[in-house]
Amino acid sequence: MSQFPKQAKVVIIGAGIVGNCVAGHLAERGWKNMVLIDKGPLPNPGGSTGHASNFIFPVDNGKPLTQLTMDSKRQYGELGVERICGGIEVARTEASVADTKRRIASSKCWGIDSQLLDVDGCVELFPWLNRDKIKGGFYTPSVSVVDSLRAGTIMREKAQDMGALSVFANTEVLDVDVEDGKIKGVKTDRGDIEAEYVIICCGVWSPRIGEMAGVQIPLAPVVHQMIDAGPIPQLAHVKGEIGYPIIRDMSVKMYERQTSGTMEVGSYAHRSILIDPDDIPSNEQAKLSPTELPFTSEDFEPQLEDALELMPELLDNDKVEIQYAINGLISLTPDGEPLIGETPEVKNLWVAAAIWIKEGPGAARMLAEWMTDGAPELDPNHVDIARFYPYAGTKKFVWDRATEGFPKLYDIVHPHEQYLDSRNIRLSPFHSRTKELGAVYFETAGWERPQWYESNKTLLEEYADRLVERTNEWDSRWWSPIIDAENIALRERVAMTDLSAFTIFDIVGPGALDVVQKVAVSQMDNKVGKACYTLLLNHKGGIRSDLIIARTGKDSFRVITGGGHGSVDKKWFSDHLPEDGTVQLHDQTSALGTVGVWGPSARDLLESVTDDDISNEDFPYATVKKFRIKDIPVWALRMSYVGEYGWELYTNAEHGPKLWDILWEAGQKYRVVPVGIGVYGTNARLEKSFRLFGNELDTEYNPVEAGMALPRVKAQDFIGKEAYLKARDEDPTTLLCTLTVDDHTDSKGEKRYMVGNFPVLTEDGESIVDAKGRPAYVASCGYGAVVGKYILMAYLPPEYAKAGNKLKVEYFCEHFPVTVDIVGAAPLYDPKHERLKG
Amino acid sequence: MNILVCVKRVPDIGARIDLTEDRQAITTKNLGFCISPHEECAVEEAIQLVEKHGGQATVLTLGPADAEEQLRDCLARGIDRGILIETDQPEWDSRETATALAEVIRSEADKEPFDLILFGNESADSTGCQVGIRVAHHLNLPCVASVKKLQIGDGDATASREVDTGWEVFSLPMPALITVKEGINLPRYPSLRGTMKAKKKPVDRLSADKIGASLKMQQLVHPPEQKKEVDMLGEGSAAASRIVEVFKALEVI
Repeated sequence: MSQFPKQAKVVIIGAGIVGNCVAGHLAERGWKNMVLIDKGPLPNPGGSTGHASNFIFPVDNGKPLTQLTMDSKRQYGELGVERICGGIEVARTEASVADTKRRIASSKCWGIDSQLLDVDGCVELFPWLNRDKIKGGFYTPSVSVVDSLRAGTIMREKAQDMGALSVFANTEVLDVDVEDGKIKGVKTDRGDIEAEYVIICCGVWSPRIGEMAGVQIPLAPVVHQMIDAGPIPQLAHVKGEIGYPIIRDMSVKMYERQTSGTMEVGSYAHRSILIDPDDIPSNEQAKLSPTELPFTSEDFEPQLEDALELMPELLDNDKVEIQYAINGLISLTPDGEPLIGETPEVKNLWVAAAIWIKEGPGAARMLAEWMTDGAPELDPNHVDIARFYPYAGTKKFVWDRATEGFPKLYDIVHPHEQYLDSRNIRLSPFHSRTKELGAVYFETAGWERPQWYESNKTLLEEYADRLVERTNEWDSRWWSPIIDAENIALRERVAMTDLSAFTIFDIVGPGALDVVQKVAVSQMDNKVGKACYTLLLNHKGGIRSDLIIARTGKDSFRVITGGGHGSVDKKWFSDHLPEDGTVQLHDQTSALGTVGVWGPSARDLLESVTDDDISNEDFPYATVKKFRIKDIPVWALRMSYVGEYGWELYTNAEHGPKLWDILWEAGQKYRVVPVGIGVYGTNARLEKSFRLFGNELDTEYNPVEAGMALPRVKAQDFIGKEAYLKARDEDPTTLLCTLTVDDHTDSKGEKRYMVGNFPVLTEDGESIVDAKGRPAYVASCGYGAVVGKYILMAYLPPEYAKAGNKLKVEYFCEHFPVTVDIVGAAPLYDPKHERLKG
Repeated sequence: MNILVCVKRVPDIGARIDLTEDRQAITTKNLGFCISPHEECAVEEAIQLVEKHGGQATVLTLGPADAEEQLRDCLARGIDRGILIETDQPEWDSRETATALAEVIRSEADKEPFDLILFGNESADSTGCQVGIRVAHHLNLPCVASVKKLQIGDGDATASREVDTGWEVFSLPMPALITVKEGINLPRYPSLRGTMKAKKKPVDRLSADKIGASLKMQQLVHPPEQKKEVDMLGEGSAAASRIVEVFKALEVI
């Protein structure tokens, strides 16, 4: 074995599927002088890869995980370690049957072939299913099993063969060296290595390594129980590893996966069992491996009954024995998504953790592209480790969310479903007031945001003739008709909306203009007091954020962005500050409370509580200004995501309750209504066709496709400019459109009001795919109560993106006619923005 | 036949055994629990004998409340009922254990006499090889230890054990007590159905008086580590000439 190195360009910690693939992908991209270490032996160092079931169901209801999975499947196929066997998600209950239909929609959204099966169809593919127990299934022909250990070995050896990587097994990391916020190297039990980059790919152990470097890696090791039962005589004839589709028994949160003559039965139905990373045994201490913990049979007993019920012919046989049973450890994050990217705390310290077999090679490619090119091909927004705020790194939070999240892994999860534990972590200065008004809170980035107000119930009667009733339970779950009523009241009176969940930071110092100019698409060299809504692009010209930047001084700018993405935006700006410290970023999020005051009576209301001039002339649209509301100083922004005349009023947090009270009391004369995020984030913004980052906007789309290319391109350089200029010269392959539903009635005569993502089809019901292979799907939807239409936003290829074009959407396997109303940025409501600009 | 099998809950150890700070026990934080390998064979033997000759099999253990897990595991494999003599102390010595077991066996036998009592040759943790023989002494039963073959005749049993020169074969009248060794059979795993059935099988919980230990634990120590040295002779055909050298040095060739 070669000598242990003292220096390396990159140290990769962890030789599971992720670490090995990261090494291979970096080597492919020209990286040299890399070292891969693992505390266990090779090829199976004892992490979660070693005991994985290795099957891949590609269709997830979410796009980020599906994309990583599809990329991983492709890579496993190219490595020659994938065997296609097909898979069926069987449904025992009516709710599960409905969910299989939602899966069909998701598979069409993400471009994956699948079909619904009736009971006969299920039994034809897997003859030993108990017909009496199932009502149907969702079949994906491309479901496969892979050899993840072999895949890792191939990728690792490829990097070694290229002379780019040396590998040291049985080498434990003892400490991580950080200096001035930058990685310096690692200390191991075989010596220290200086390194320019360190990548943590340690699965369930990642938080421990993170702690050594002072960074938070919010994941919890959780137990997933599985047993191997056999020998099964009916399967004895199967040559090779698998000859029948894998069965997922969704209603009871289990799966059955054939392995030669045995059946692996796995469960996600048992109680949440979390293990502290410090309590995971070492390779020497563990009987099987550190992540194959002793089986706790009492937790599995109800699942045995379920398995016997589903496949009695195969399993209910005294000769079919439980040959292997483990409490296998896997990683789970507070939001169920992986952790990929550079840590916000330490420069050049990268992480790829909480990644399962189905995402491994895809996640590795994403990380390698990100490190090499500054931006990965797939959108990293939902998996970026920088998305978590400091509170999310506390063990209590991670543990509570993993405990609540584990049962959801195989459950039917509504698109708007809220976590119930670990709430009230971030409260707005207005919280006591909104609570008194009966706010129903949804959580974003730890903030409790009023989604609607029960005190507005009286509006239901007032606007009864303009509201639509949602009779379907799914469509109306996590929703209230009050939202629609608030939507109408906003446009007729004046609304107060708590916006304190914004992430706000000031960029200050000589050179601040250069910083914002570099990251923003729009011209930043504006007059002091000018506010600008701008896109931020990544190096490949994809949209990586949209936010407001206001010039507050010659050398100071205020950035205002959504809480959900604010932490990532903050890292992006921090990454582009000059190293000499002349420009500083000051986070003002916790210092300020924000209330939106908008609507036809907004100006009257505000003028009644201030002596300052806030007329349209003195305080025009897209400007900021400091003034006083009675005895409270405020900093105000004349802009609106709901498309009405008005302001976002920012005040010091300690003034929050008083400011609210002043506005509320003065507002009574104008019949002020508290309006929730249901209106702000969905109804009203859709009426204005305003885009939402993470829905319509992500790095896979460019400003031209999003209908957001500016008339002119600024002379100054900015990130993504080259790609942006190129996109402007080319014909777009897709265009963001606003559509409306023509008829909501399904085949049973029930009116359906769609939620979540679902595919857009031709009038003949065929899938629509753009020239880059991206299927058309609805990214946002909601009721525009004032325009009286159910509004959808979707990217469509140019041949379909024509106003007036008739198309269809598929929702729970029913087709509904829709019309393309607008191509590009114009809204259905107030198309000339007269109400907004005054 | 009415058969009794006696088992003990022991830690299912990994490769390295860690000791508690006071060196009075091994650390079991990361370990599961099981019965000893010889006892698995005793359980299997009892199940096979009942399958062949009819009757019923009972499993008996002395240990903490959690030892029910091991009884249920035996029931899942096919034993009919379980008896747990529940203790609150971590470890009883072999004399105490044997006395308590013998007392319970006597009272159980008053209801229905046992034809055969099976033990594992020794437990995997303390390896005393005593409890079975002590119980036989208490109950005044004929006893053969380290048995690897067992045949049941009409009121008698033939038990064989392996010695260096071949087999020792014993014939003994029943009721008898036999301690068995791995190799007598290939123990089965519990089936799914067996595991489900085991939940409903009866487990009686009893208590017993501790007579007082005659042995006192001083402390556990690790045996001195055996140094292993690995000399890589090379890879592929390049290693051939060095292998020949080693073979010559060892006088293999």
